[in-house]
Amino acid sequence: MSELRAAYPYLLEHRNEFWQALAIHLELSGAALIIALLISLPLGLWAAKRRQAAEPIINSANALRVIPSLAILFLAEPYLGLGFRPSLVALTILACPPLIINTYAGFRAVDRAVVEAAYGMGMAARQVLRGVEFPLALPVLLAGVRIATVEVIASAALAAFIAGGGLGDFIQRGFSVGRPSIMLVGTIPIALLALVADLVLATAQRMVTPEGQ
Amino acid sequence: MSDAPALIADHVSKQFPGGQRPAVDDCSFTVNAGELIILLGTSGCGKTTLLKMVNRLYEPTGGRILFHGTDITQLPATALRRQIGYVIQQTGLFPHMRIADNIAVVPRLLGWQPSRTDARIDELLTLVGLPIDYRQRYPRQLSGGEQQRVGIARALAADPAVMLMDEPFGAIDAITRTRLQGELLQLQEKLHKTILFVTHDVEEALRLADRIIVMRDGKILQFDTPLRVLTEPVDDFVAQLIGADDLLRQLSLLKVGTLTTAPVSPTDVGDGSPQVRANDDVRHALALLLGTGAQRVLVIDDAGHVTGQLGFGDVQRALHHDLAVGS
Repeated sequence: MSELRAAYPYLLEHRNEFWQALAIHLELSGAALIIALLISLPLGLWAAKRRQAAEPIINSANALRVIPSLAILFLAEPYLGLGFRPSLVALTILACPPLIINTYAGFRAVDRAVVEAAYGMGMAARQVLRGVEFPLALPVLLAGVRIATVEVIASAALAAFIAGGGLGDFIQRGFSVGRPSIMLVGTIPIALLALVADLVLATAQRMVTPEGQ
Repeated sequence: MSDAPALIADHVSKQFPGGQRPAVDDCSFTVNAGELIILLGTSGCGKTTLLKMVNRLYEPTGGRILFHGTDITQLPATALRRQIGYVIQQTGLFPHMRIADNIAVVPRLLGWQPSRTDARIDELLTLVGLPIDYRQRYPRQLSGGEQQRVGIARALAADPAVMLMDEPFGAIDAITRTRLQGELLQLQEKLHKTILFVTHDVEEALRLADRIIVMRDGKILQFDTPLRVLTEPVDDFVAQLIGADDLLRQLSLLKVGTLTTAPVSPTDVGDGSPQVRANDDVRHALALLLGTGAQRVLVIDDAGHVTGQLGFGDVQRALHHDLAVGS
């Protein structure tokens, strides 16, 4: 409790630094998620459409999942150096597996009869994808976005270890000087961010799930 | 539309890659406008494959199909499909769309005015016997029978001349199925669509068909009226499939309208003879004859006009004549 009480004055004292770290944290997480989405959506969709593509893609995604996020960060360092960029790369790699797997699962779960009916009624392939397959896959897809978002926001704390910045800076600093109160200045906002993101996406997921389903 | 037959299949074949034999093997037939044709056969006989080549969900590997005289490969597939109603067994309704939006799919693809589409939705719901306030519901909130009524309404939305129906009542309980079959016949009396209807259910085939295409191993074995398929099966397989030895059961499946009824003059209808509708089964007509002691029943259409008459002799002649020709 005393650590918590000590954290607040420290936060006030380092207000500017905190806002900056928060901004970097959000930027890092947001950019990683967007890039990961741009990579994962087509890959997941391709895997869902082509049986030959499915196995290598899904297996690779699962394999990536096994590598700890810290290892990805440190593996990126020799090639990309220190700072924001390697952190972004590492977090993007981290975000891809749940996005790929859920995109695949979401599109595969769309009832084949519904898709056939859509084509049979004279929809073009793009109209079927946009008007039928995508909205029906969306709840599962969003579940993947939820997992990836929470993972990325939490793991972005590790970026501080390769000088990527973000709220992890406070954790690292607190750890190195042995003051848990400073660590809390990083930890609590990260946890809150992850919680809020999860809540928002859970609501979105509920909203795109059709009634009566 | 031209005067050409609604559909012509001209030596159509389909060989799937890796298939041991063609799924559809050199099939030819002609369907006239307004006919309800049943494609009948056991599973794997190629009937669904043949159906799906008509709206180009599958492309034939041989032969060609003419749609009102035009080779269907001359039309863009999407344009062709928007002119052909399509109903499938699993209904294929879009679960994320309300009933109104499901029905509106093809009109919207065709770029109809919203007000026209809107009016059409109400019209169709009424036509298939569903309350207008179902517009706002989602498919899963409806029973299986209601969902398939929506499926039929959706297929009829842009008033296509041709409808393809792939075992539409196959997943529906027996009582509802019988009711839907009756409703389809009533719809057909009003709308005169050209319908290709796939089923493996012999009773359904006999009850609904103007003509039946019996298929086996990708080939058409027989293409005939229900009466003739019953009385003159081309081979033992067809005879067995159709159950040609049980005449009484078949009389309960044949429509009065499929027998050639004797003409009747308008002045000769006032004697209180019992009346049957063309869609009633022959057994019903016979039961009336036996029950009332009348010499004939009058066949009437929907508007109540007498279109013909039927006596014991006519039934007997219809069956015997054909039996005699067949043996």
